[in-house]
Amino acid sequence: MLTKRIIPCLDVKDNRVVKGVHFLNLRDAGDPVELGTRYSEEGADELVFLDITATIRFRKTIIELVEKVAENVFIPFTVGGGVQTIEQIDTLLRSGAEKVSINTAAVENPKLIAKAAERFGNQCVVLAIDARRSKKQSGKWQVCVKAGTEPTELDVVEWAVKAEKLGAGEILLTSMDADGTLAGYDNKLNKAVSDAVDIPVIASGGAGKLEHLYDAIIDGDVDAVLMASITHFGNYTINQMKEYLKTRGIPVNL
Amino acid sequence: MIIVVDYDIGNVKSVCNALRHIGCEAKLSRLPEDIETASGLVLPGVAAFCYAVKALGREAESVKKAALSGKPLLGICVGYQMLFEQSCEYGVHKGLGLIKGKVVPIPAGRVIPHMGWNIVKPSPDMKLFAGLEKEKHFYFAHSFYAEVADPDAKIAYTDYGFDFAASVQKKNIYGTQFHPEKSGPQGLRILKNFARICERGKQKC
Repeated sequence: MLTKRIIPCLDVKDNRVVKGVHFLNLRDAGDPVELGTRYSEEGADELVFLDITATIRFRKTIIELVEKVAENVFIPFTVGGGVQTIEQIDTLLRSGAEKVSINTAAVENPKLIAKAAERFGNQCVVLAIDARRSKKQSGKWQVCVKAGTEPTELDVVEWAVKAEKLGAGEILLTSMDADGTLAGYDNKLNKAVSDAVDIPVIASGGAGKLEHLYDAIIDGDVDAVLMASITHFGNYTINQMKEYLKTRGIPVNL
Repeated sequence: MIIVVDYDIGNVKSVCNALRHIGCEAKLSRLPEDIETASGLVLPGVAAFCYAVKALGREAESVKKAALSGKPLLGICVGYQMLFEQSCEYGVHKGLGLIKGKVVPIPAGRVIPHMGWNIVKPSPDMKLFAGLEKEKHFYFAHSFYAEVADPDAKIAYTDYGFDFAASVQKKNIYGTQFHPEKSGPQGLRILKNFARICERGKQKC
């Protein structure tokens, strides 16, 4: 049986790991190479690296940093941030990433998902969605792009279903409402997307306590939980999270 | 020196990083003279089978020759699948034919790709799994699997609603469907074991 995955996330800006609340008020959280090495050694199941400086454009300068992080990371490594083309995906995979996450560019050009899946296999293509509760319709979420700065008319669940059909292998689902609040994941959002697709869903945004991880897996029905604040600032180790989930009957890689 | 066969696909670098991390001399190369003089070969891979076979191109012969001469070879993921006779991913394609069997789709009725950490159960006393407890988690990411026709070659199983070979060995030829270079400390241990096998191979020569 596959285990549920614990995935720390490095949001990288100007070569430093940062973490904010609702995507704003960023706080320094350390050096990406050091943190990446630590999580790989501590037993994280994967590592996600998002260049949040990129927002709109892919920055070539990030490649060097990705290479450095990858040198010490012996767990699956996903990289994203401003990725727009097949060539950029290829470059990232050659730099040591196993998977590449696409966000804004996929919304603007959904064919990119299909092209990437065809070339690199769908296990390589992670669709990242930044979701915000709709003010117009309750129980709905809208897709936001450009690092969450621009809301679109796209419905999150519909977009996830479409992306799966196009060839996305996984969905990294971030709740902008919950991001950095430490108040728990948005499990209504997680459940709505998990129910609609068959590919794995990674819950992101809001982890503050150990039970939040459990709730996302049970109530949100997700395959993996991503976190930043609670690991970067030392609240919990990866091992503590896994031990906790294990005692509650969740299969983990321990 | 272990040569990681560089055939212009996916994460060839990850394997090199992992080998160097455990103190192994390793180099990415596709030059026939490097393949010939290597103490061992790793055939990595993240790609569709047909793409990988095409990318390997002429080097296929050098790799095959080296493996048949007794040089330790470790195939990983698609590199593992290429050890077999054929695959039916996007049409029927020939593999290296070093181990009997064919690569077929994971049966429907479960989440595909099989992606994440799953338990691998090795047979006892396998050199590749030396020092590892009986059941450990390793990282998988694949939609096809090898139906191994040579029962003696299967050295580890994984259960994904059906049992499949997670690892094979036929003499000096080894393969893992999972990614040891991305499976944390237990994966590094597999690579260390393979490096030892290569060392011993060299001493014999």
